[in-house]
Amino acid sequence: MSYKCVVLVKQVPDTKRITGQAMNADGTVNRAALPAIFNPEDLNALELALQIKDRFGGHVTVMTMGLPAASEVLRQALYRGADEAILITDRRCAASDTLATSYILSCAVRKRDYDIVLCGRQAIDGDTAQVGPQAAEKLGIAQITYVQELLDLEGDRITARRNIGNGWQEVRAKLPILLTVIDEANEPRVASARRLMKYKKARTPAELADKADAKALEEKGLLIQQWDLDFLEADLKWCGRDGSPTKVHRIQSVVLTAKETKNVEPTQPALNAMVHELIVDHTIG
Amino acid sequence: MIEVNTAGEVWVFAEQHAGMLEDTPMELMSKGRELADILKVPLAAVMLGDTCQEMVDCLAHYGADKVYLAEHPLLEHYQSTSYAKVIHDLIHKHKPQIVLYGATPCGRDLAPRVASAVKAGLTADCTDLQIGNHEVAKTGKVYENLLFQIRPAFGGNIIATIINFDRWPQMATVREGVMPMPEPDTHRKAKVVKEKVSLSQEDLALEILREQRQERKVNLKASRIIVAGGAGVGSRENFKQIWDLAHCLGGAPGATRAAVDLGFIDRDHQVGQTGTTVRPSLYIAAGISGAIQHQAGMSESQKIIAINNDPDAPIFNIAHYKILGDLNEVVPMMIKAIKEKA
Repeated sequence: MSYKCVVLVKQVPDTKRITGQAMNADGTVNRAALPAIFNPEDLNALELALQIKDRFGGHVTVMTMGLPAASEVLRQALYRGADEAILITDRRCAASDTLATSYILSCAVRKRDYDIVLCGRQAIDGDTAQVGPQAAEKLGIAQITYVQELLDLEGDRITARRNIGNGWQEVRAKLPILLTVIDEANEPRVASARRLMKYKKARTPAELADKADAKALEEKGLLIQQWDLDFLEADLKWCGRDGSPTKVHRIQSVVLTAKETKNVEPTQPALNAMVHELIVDHTIG
Repeated sequence: MIEVNTAGEVWVFAEQHAGMLEDTPMELMSKGRELADILKVPLAAVMLGDTCQEMVDCLAHYGADKVYLAEHPLLEHYQSTSYAKVIHDLIHKHKPQIVLYGATPCGRDLAPRVASAVKAGLTADCTDLQIGNHEVAKTGKVYENLLFQIRPAFGGNIIATIINFDRWPQMATVREGVMPMPEPDTHRKAKVVKEKVSLSQEDLALEILREQRQERKVNLKASRIIVAGGAGVGSRENFKQIWDLAHCLGGAPGATRAAVDLGFIDRDHQVGQTGTTVRPSLYIAAGISGAIQHQAGMSESQKIIAINNDPDAPIFNIAHYKILGDLNEVVPMMIKAIKEKA
């Protein structure tokens, strides 16, 4: 039996790359200095889908919701082996919180036949881990979160091991199902050189200056599909700002400084003095 | 979603596994108590399971006025579909204004499923909760006594305060270890409300085949002193110095994600955004550059000593004692200093 997989991915700023260079003088982060990347755990989700296809056969569709620039992660998915890539882009998606995002993504997933929906556990820009379970609920299917290993897939039954923080759990469920995948699950493959050569010219209509180019790309199989909310037949009441119950009251930049820093020389007398100070103020002892 | 209901209770999801309450409901109870007192409404714990009567007293001791108890054989083991269904029904029945969950793997599996079903907002991994007013800039309309859901975002580089003023309940998951555990009061009693549960086998989507839960070998949250090493320690062998310094201070060894990924020490010791959040009296960071993800898990420490040979290491920005030098020389000298003083 072969399986149809839909992988939900996100383009994110590389928040892990925050070093001294990406910090402003006032201690806040210079976001412009951060590159946009494929959300790391979404790569693990894609890898798991590709492994399922390698082992059992099937089809891998990758979807992302974002600005036209997010097409880059779709190309990267194509380089790695995805069969189909879809960009969901619409101005009316702006300001969607996790609930609205999961609603829009669920509308997109419904446009395809699927057995397994996969996504990374969480995206490194928000770290909420909410979109996966919410999309599962919207689709009316069960979820297996924190998947660390796919143990078996037989007929319409999937067996997986999930990480439960202080241990693990092996569960079996019926398809269709949504999996959220953690980084321990696998080592994502790199782009295939042959596929990279082929798909580096792939574009979404939004990236084309001249719409006439779309036809030529489509004939070569290099036009990335682009869906908007009308195509998804989404109820606008549940999308974007209107569909988002959570609102931002305030944003503060974190300025990481100690109130008072003492320099201590790396010498025995200086360290003795520091230890003495810590004993006197009851920090140690 | 439910209507805005300012008389609604404050709820805490009482996570339990095999008859053992987790720490997080108790941690949430102290904050929940504070919020409920400001709002002048009862604080209730919501517990689901097979037989959990024995844990009810414990919830009362930690501050619950009321315990909603949903007992059913099919609720013996946690799973998202059945638990979400029961909590969804309870929310519609009792219309709480606030529902809090621990940001444990279980809470993070359950809460979004409930939020989606209830069509309410949910804020993940909060590090603080407050009650406050919000003015909508466009209309000038003021919403009073909302739950301020405060959390780091963007890899810990910003702190966002999230609210939801029109679609209730206001729900949040709260990071483990960030709220202090209250002192139990063994004289406190709670009103127990038994809820009728109707579930069938179809509500269980998962078949749980095997499960293993270990006691954590190290309890970082409970340690007054933590000595943590990063990639700069260099090797598993060299990490022995971190253990030695921790032992002579009566503290626990911690580590950055990088050190764990490099195999220097087990994951139980990981401090930071994806590990444990700690707030010890003293945090010694050796060979740790201080990535924001690590700082997110330890910046609340009362005193921070940073040892690093890179003068630009970000950890120095939050350190109270800055030691610019080679940890292989500094750590033995510190051990000597401590042994001679003690």
